[in-house]
Amino acid sequence: MKKFLFGLGLAAIVIVWLVVWTALPWFVVLGLAILLALWLLAARTGRRTLSVTRVGMSTLTQRLGSTAVIVVGIAGVVGVLVALLAMGDGLTATLQQTGSNDTAIVLRGGSGAESNSVLTRDDIDVIEQAPGIARDAQGKPIASAELVVVANVPKKSDPKTDSNVAIRGVGDEAWTVWPNVRIIQGRKFTPGMRELVVGEGAERQFAGLDVGKTLRLGGQDWTIVGVFASNDAHGSELWGDSKSVASAYRRGSSAESVTARLTSPKAFDKFKASLMGDPRVKVDVSTTRDYFNKQSEGLSKVIRIVGITIGVIMAIGAIFGALNTMYAAVATRAREIATLRAIGFRGTPVVVSVLLETMLLALIGGIVGAVIVWLVFNGYTASTVGGNFSKVVFQFRVTPELLWTGIKWALAIGFIGGLFPAVRAARLPVTTALREL
Amino acid sequence: MKYFNLVWSALFRRKTRTIFTLISIIAAFLLFGLLNAVRVAFTSGSDSLAGNERLVVASRFSIMTGLPESLKTRIAAIPGVEGVGHENWFGGVYQDPKNFVFSFAVDEDYLATNPDIVLTPEQRKAFANTQDGALVGEALAARYHWKVGQQIPLQSTIFPRKNGDKTWPFTIVGIYKTAKDAPNGGDQMFFLHWKYFDEGNMYGQHSVGWYVVKLKDAKDADRVAQAIDALSANSDHETKTQTANAFNASFAKQIGNIGLIVEAIMAAVFFTLILLTGNTMAQAVRERIPELAVLKTIGFSNRSVLALVLAEAILLLLIGGVIGLGIASVLAPALAKGSGGMIQLPPIGWLIWVEGAVLMIVIGIMVGVLPALRGMRLKIVDALAGR
Repeated sequence: MKKFLFGLGLAAIVIVWLVVWTALPWFVVLGLAILLALWLLAARTGRRTLSVTRVGMSTLTQRLGSTAVIVVGIAGVVGVLVALLAMGDGLTATLQQTGSNDTAIVLRGGSGAESNSVLTRDDIDVIEQAPGIARDAQGKPIASAELVVVANVPKKSDPKTDSNVAIRGVGDEAWTVWPNVRIIQGRKFTPGMRELVVGEGAERQFAGLDVGKTLRLGGQDWTIVGVFASNDAHGSELWGDSKSVASAYRRGSSAESVTARLTSPKAFDKFKASLMGDPRVKVDVSTTRDYFNKQSEGLSKVIRIVGITIGVIMAIGAIFGALNTMYAAVATRAREIATLRAIGFRGTPVVVSVLLETMLLALIGGIVGAVIVWLVFNGYTASTVGGNFSKVVFQFRVTPELLWTGIKWALAIGFIGGLFPAVRAARLPVTTALREL
Repeated sequence: MKYFNLVWSALFRRKTRTIFTLISIIAAFLLFGLLNAVRVAFTSGSDSLAGNERLVVASRFSIMTGLPESLKTRIAAIPGVEGVGHENWFGGVYQDPKNFVFSFAVDEDYLATNPDIVLTPEQRKAFANTQDGALVGEALAARYHWKVGQQIPLQSTIFPRKNGDKTWPFTIVGIYKTAKDAPNGGDQMFFLHWKYFDEGNMYGQHSVGWYVVKLKDAKDADRVAQAIDALSANSDHETKTQTANAFNASFAKQIGNIGLIVEAIMAAVFFTLILLTGNTMAQAVRERIPELAVLKTIGFSNRSVLALVLAEAILLLLIGGVIGLGIASVLAPALAKGSGGMIQLPPIGWLIWVEGAVLMIVIGIMVGVLPALRGMRLKIVDALAGR
């Protein structure tokens, strides 16, 4: 009964500790680590702990195999977790960076995504005259009526299957509406000509999109004249003049959306209210940030949930692997530990030293896993389907926060995997342990 | 078989250690089961017999770009075509945006082109005679407790009605069953009348999402597909015709290379698992060297000692693996249910079990072989003397 209650108490400690641990920011953890180091070096019990730990560590080389189990197991958990989260983060970042609070996108009422929307020339004129839109030096509203068509282009990695790539027809003002889009190679397309500029991401993923090549769209040959960088979802697209694209696809003078630069983020409410109240048009208005946020919401949430679920299941496996190894380590050192206690060492140094050893191994595992993922996946380009049923190219982002999350997981696994064997070591009756073997 | 007791008691000689190892194995095979279910969910339907005799005709540009209704009669006139139906994506949600419903507006000829939907003649008639009628799959009806005759509102995430409201009323006229070899998720669909949709839709423009063509003979697929694409070549609605299998496969591919991700994770998991169980087995054998020596002394041959240790490793993997896959087969449907239809996980099929069993035995041999060889080679005298 007493044993059971004790076990229950330990489990409760573990749960409380886990809850607190997940909430701790990095500077608190750093503070705790410094406190621990001070205690190890300055206090008497601390110095004893240090010497016990040193003895334990010196035997590590004799059990390399089982030590590797902890390190590799935890590296695996951290690696998979960080890689999946980096994927979700990369997708969210790409779509979120696309939008801002001082640009607004106008779509036909109830269309949800650009591909379902149609705005006639009359609608566009009304929208461009709405209050709140910034004007350029000539007094022209800074707004770009855009339409997206989708073309099939073979992927570089898999030339046999075609993949959808979005071709965005943009207005003359697009370069001012989207200031982060800049040409890095070649030149801008000339309005009225069948010329395209290609996003960096699209150029990397799809075959035959280099400057100077031609692409067949809507039965006509288009020349690629430049490459642009944008660090956002537009990087997966090809841009051309909206009138040329519309005529090639027989869309007349209609467009799908109007994106406008506002005089300030505050002007949005006025802009929206005026369009919503206008009986001539029936449209939905949102800031581009909201619009792109909404598109990434679902998928990145799914990736996050999947990543954490897989991480938890793998972590359970790794915890029990660590438990096994540390129990074995404690068992082989039972005599040694009992001797230490017989000559006067108390429980704390023994418990802390076993814990320290496990957590150190876990830390190594965590760092190995995180570094491998960082080396392999940081900047790794992947693609998925975006809101317009066309490709969105994004890059995995292994951020310092994610690396930190991974290392926190590693330390948590190390803590649980070390705590129970440590307590076992400290509670082993000295006489039995000495008699063993 | 007569040594089963011996193997069993050797396995549970150190209960805690074996149980801890078992839990790690269970975790690994639980992941194996779930991830494989995910992979199957994304690739299923792309490899069925029926899928080869059906063509999907979609706009060359995007499936969200519509095709004209007039194309139907022209496709039907092509030799080798048995029937033509069409579908529109309705994008329905029920009550809450989280409750996604796979809903399609279909014309009267569509049902004949889809062999996965099994209907009684009465149900067919009821659907044909009810303007706002809807056919729903068994699993979908069970999820929301829908009954035949019930009036339900379904919200479209895309299409408003003429009055600007996005909520469309429907009457459920039939709950259909799916054919035995239908792809997974086929019983989650919601079918409504295209006419009702096109006339009620604020932006109705006689636009069709994509056509489904049933062929008289699957061998004609290439020829008919080319003939269909030729109908609209150089027009403003160029089409791309594929077999239903190819269509599904390319759609799954676009979402991302699920197979590759799953394989990478599985590799990481099993690599760790092999290391972990290998270590446990090595420990177990090291501890029992005197016992193995005793076995040899009383007449066990080298080979039977090898077999005993190997059997122990395989048994350990089998117990853990079967429990893990068992949990996965309970968990997968629960997860699918809990996600409100967003994630469709098929039950863990026999193929996954077979693959799993092979993996269990292979990993069992891999982790058991080194300790087993050690047990086989040990010299009785040295082992008994503790050298």
